[in-house]
Amino acid sequence: MTFDQILFYVFSFWFIASSLAMIFSRNAAKAVLFLILSFFSAASIWILLEAEFLAITLILVYVGAVMVLFLFVIKMLNIDKSTLRAKFAGYLPLGLIVAAIIIAEMTLVLGGNQFGLDVVAAPARHAADYSNITVLAMQLYTTYVYPFELAAVLLLIAIIAAITLVHRNEASRKKQSISEQVSVQAKDRVRLVSIASPKKEAK
Amino acid sequence: MVSLSDYLILSAIIFCIGLVGIFVNRTNIITLLMCVELILVAVNTNFIAFSHFLGNEAGQIFVFFILTVAAAEVAIGLAILTLLFRNKGSINVDVTNSLKG
Repeated sequence: MTFDQILFYVFSFWFIASSLAMIFSRNAAKAVLFLILSFFSAASIWILLEAEFLAITLILVYVGAVMVLFLFVIKMLNIDKSTLRAKFAGYLPLGLIVAAIIIAEMTLVLGGNQFGLDVVAAPARHAADYSNITVLAMQLYTTYVYPFELAAVLLLIAIIAAITLVHRNEASRKKQSISEQVSVQAKDRVRLVSIASPKKEAK
Repeated sequence: MVSLSDYLILSAIIFCIGLVGIFVNRTNIITLLMCVELILVAVNTNFIAFSHFLGNEAGQIFVFFILTVAAAEVAIGLAILTLLFRNKGSINVDVTNSLKG
């Protein structure tokens, strides 16, 4: 067993184990933490596949931004745990049967006979001065520049949509009223109170 | 050496775990979103494995765009979730039956 294979099986084990822990954990915050672990394992496997830029992007964007957003929403909404898992047992056998059938079928289709090393040979590793980011950037800014622009517009639309959705209405927002501020009088804000000055103590 | 079929079977297993997660966590919208993320990562692993073994960078470009779209989807999904919680007081799927579908 080569070192590549050992790394692959270690990362795959943690990927599968943390994904299983994620779907079966009763606490949503713990599920997010397990999902972070499985994203890290996925990023490790992507580095084995020499996709360094995407692996780092997965960690930065997904673990750094999206998962933190999930944690933020979970903590903000303060979900009642007891009501969420009411139908847990009812759908589990059906889900397991469907998943087992799909895995069996996929293993038959994707097994060593069709995609093994003797059919699709493993490519030679790139040299040490190979830059994954340069190769991706060359493609992204020439061939795929129009989809790249569209992706940027999509992100802008997503920002606008998210802000518009959660934006509160006029009445519940704290807002500045210029006319009230201008027309305010001194007697509205300042209240003069006469206080008896303390008498000097005789020495 | 690790063969292409190993990577493909791994991502098939992860895909099915995400699918079971959707079956099991039917009442919790947040976990449903997380299972969709898991399925997307499995699909991305497929893309990257093919990109590596066939020597074509187009697969990695596709993963780049999938990550972009998934980030946008999560942002809007969580915004809808917040709105749902604000209006219904719960994020249980069972309360979202206003349309009587």
